[in-house]
Amino acid sequence: MIDLIYLTVLLPLLGFLFNGLVGPKIKSEKLIGIVGSGAIGLSFIIVVGAFFETLALPVDQRLNIVTLFQWIAVAGLNISFSYQVDQLSLVMSLIVTGVGFIIHVYSIGYMHGDKSFWRFFAYLNLFIFAMMNLVLADNFLLLFLGWEGVGLCSYLLIGFWYDRKFEKSTTSAAGLKAFVVNRIGDFGFLLGMFLIYSTFGTLVFTDVFSRAVSFAVPEHIFVLIAIFLFIGATGKSAQIPLLVWLPDAMAGPTPVSALIHAATMVTAGVYMVARCSIIYASAPAAMMVVAVIGVVTAFFAATIGLVQNDIKKVLAYSTVSQLGYMFLALGAGAFSAGIFHVMTHAFFKALLFLGAGSVIHSMHEQQDIRHYGGLKKYMPLTYGTFLVAAVAISGIPPLSGFFSKDEILWYSFTNLGFIFWLIGLLTAIMTAFYMFRLYFMTFEGKEKFDHHKVHPHESPKLMTVPLVVLAVLSAIGGFIGIPEIFSGEHGNLFHSWLAPVFKTSEMKLLQFGSHSHFEELLLMIISVVAAAGAIFYARYVYLKKPEVAAKTSSKFKGIYNLLLNKYFLDETYEATIINPIVKGSESFLWKIADNKIIDGLINNLAKLIDIISGSIKKIQTGIAQPYALVMVLGILIALFWIIISYS
Amino acid sequence: MTLEIVLFILFASICAVSAVLMITRPNPVLSALFLVLNFCSLAGLYLILNAQFIAVAQIIVYAGAIMVFFLFVIMLLNPEKEKKFFEQKAKLRIFIIAIVALVLVQIVYIIFLSRPSEVITREVARSVETGTVENIGREMFTNYILPFEAAGYLLLAATIGALVIAKKKFE
Amino acid sequence: MQIPIEYYLILSAFMFTVGIVGVLTRRNAIVVFMCIELMLNSANLTLITYSSYLGDVAGQLFVFFVMSVAAAEAAVGLAIIIAIYRNKLTVNIDEINILKW
Repeated sequence: MIDLIYLTVLLPLLGFLFNGLVGPKIKSEKLIGIVGSGAIGLSFIIVVGAFFETLALPVDQRLNIVTLFQWIAVAGLNISFSYQVDQLSLVMSLIVTGVGFIIHVYSIGYMHGDKSFWRFFAYLNLFIFAMMNLVLADNFLLLFLGWEGVGLCSYLLIGFWYDRKFEKSTTSAAGLKAFVVNRIGDFGFLLGMFLIYSTFGTLVFTDVFSRAVSFAVPEHIFVLIAIFLFIGATGKSAQIPLLVWLPDAMAGPTPVSALIHAATMVTAGVYMVARCSIIYASAPAAMMVVAVIGVVTAFFAATIGLVQNDIKKVLAYSTVSQLGYMFLALGAGAFSAGIFHVMTHAFFKALLFLGAGSVIHSMHEQQDIRHYGGLKKYMPLTYGTFLVAAVAISGIPPLSGFFSKDEILWYSFTNLGFIFWLIGLLTAIMTAFYMFRLYFMTFEGKEKFDHHKVHPHESPKLMTVPLVVLAVLSAIGGFIGIPEIFSGEHGNLFHSWLAPVFKTSEMKLLQFGSHSHFEELLLMIISVVAAAGAIFYARYVYLKKPEVAAKTSSKFKGIYNLLLNKYFLDETYEATIINPIVKGSESFLWKIADNKIIDGLINNLAKLIDIISGSIKKIQTGIAQPYALVMVLGILIALFWIIISYS
Repeated sequence: MTLEIVLFILFASICAVSAVLMITRPNPVLSALFLVLNFCSLAGLYLILNAQFIAVAQIIVYAGAIMVFFLFVIMLLNPEKEKKFFEQKAKLRIFIIAIVALVLVQIVYIIFLSRPSEVITREVARSVETGTVENIGREMFTNYILPFEAAGYLLLAATIGALVIAKKKFE
Repeated sequence: MQIPIEYYLILSAFMFTVGIVGVLTRRNAIVVFMCIELMLNSANLTLITYSSYLGDVAGQLFVFFVMSVAAAEAAVGLAIIIAIYRNKLTVNIDEINILKW
């Protein structure tokens, strides 16, 4: 099955071609949905097969490369379409195809009746194709191909309902914003790739990473490479300063938000940093940058999520915050913990988004949670699965979120220090609070909608079965990553599966002093108690005494306004960066450089030719005698010539 | 002072003078008549050079046919008389005369530069022999038959061309 | 004593240049044609001169053909002048400038 790994990339591409080319003519939604989901389902089966096959191999033989064909062979640069099947890429592939398949099935129900049903599935398949290229690539260039491809599909899918308005502008504008901000990050990524090539002479992962250890490269080169690559990651994974596109990306259909902006595309940055762990481990300054940005973003986004009133916006800021956690883990040197959180986050965040989609669907596209309330008796399955996801993300044991989040908090305490752990803890408290605020305002309490206009109902099976599957995964998914204090040495299955990938990097990192099991247990208890406390406080505020919320927000009006308007981040960017560039382009580049200089050059050249020819044409008088005179003059000169040459 | 030299001086001066007079007369009929005089003196020069056939052909064709044709056309079109030679565009004409005089000087210089007298000696008997009608006829119809036929075609084309160009349009 | 050949050649050159002056200065188209005939005749004179002095008949035959060509050319040229006269009612060269820019 390992040899067939390229099929996991090819099948989604075929699905895209089928749905894209033949889709408009097919009237049956079922056929389109089956082709679209079936392609991903088959890919998932192949990945599972490859996984078990790799599992059966001895540990040092678990890295296999499957080459399709050579792409570039120019002057020392040899790039081929090859796929690297190792522990890390298998984990990512399982997440992408598994969660992807579930979301495809859900979409068949969610997008029912949409006039561009076929286009949706075509784009989704194209996205999976690009994402699989990204996670399976064995060289930076192919990874970048996938990187750009997922950016493209994100743009296409955010602006899927291109004729709809979204906030102050259109959905296409939101898609464009995502694309452009991503592009800024990609510029950094490209610079990193150039630096890698000029330092190591190759772009293939295995060669680069082995040379990173064997070549004598000064540390500041590693720092530069790491920072540039990280800039690309901040763009793709919506960290500070390039996070502004993710909340706007909520303009797209909810399955898109679930798949792309929660489970897969935004984790591409995390994957990339984890893949290049050796480079980051060789540049401790860069690791600190990653950790700082990660933890600050996590805190920052969580504060904004506390006051948002659109259900998808809350989830969007929650995603940014959780991605911050993943980068915090990477910055602390706990690479496998970061990937573990990617996996658990994929489960519960996708579940949260799909559940939100189910609610939005039944409330007739209403997204403001102030108009929800008491939905639990109308949509029992959605309510139940949403609750499971909320508990998981808050980090309550024994659900999956607890294991992954706690591992991150523990490693940030041991490797980075108390302050990082503290900020992480505060963020976890806020996470639990806003998540349960969302839950209580939506499913419990008084009904705040007009019963005569809106009839909430449970969603069809096509939508609820995926919810149940994801709920089960969110609940039990953490058990493969039980920390050592409970499971003994090598008991953390996830960690030991990924350990060979990160072995060299972890050896390079400074070893901090050892900490006792007691400390770990103590911190664990503190975080669980704090999270539980936040949940009960949320219950108190939003269920029992709703006036408390209103009073607090009016008392701290300034802060409330700041948070509600997301710290005016978009406006700041607009004023300081975008407007000057637009004004400068308009007044200088357009009016002067383009109109006056370039156009002027061409036009004046033509005018010059016109003037010259205007004066030359007067020679042609139409009368024969002047012509004859010129001939005689010529004869004169010719005779001179003869005389001179003769004598 | 042989007869040859006297005749040469006579005919040559008539040629030169009539040529100059031809281009300066304002009346076109006068120009045509002076040209006839020029052709006739040229025929005389040809005779001195023992080119009998050509001399007679000159009189018949040039002076007798072509110039008559010219005079017909002049009478038909009745153009107005020009002004006197140096009365209009005087500066341009003086400039032209200067340039052409320069060309004449150059040609004369080249003639003397090539010193033909040292290379060519004239045998009177032979030149008499070459100018006779029999000689010309014999050469033309044996060695130069192709140009002869071509000239025939040319004249045919010219005839038809002149007819077509000058006739009145169909009504 | 024979006449040196240069005299004939100089006469011929003189007639040629006089013809050039005539072509460039006269305003009547028919007179311009006559000056062209003059130039042709000067070339004929040169040919006959050489033919006589060298004893080669080719020169005289050449003159024969030059004459026939000149006749044809005069015929066609004057036909054209007549056609132009019908349209423009003038044979003044300065006024026939249809090929002006």
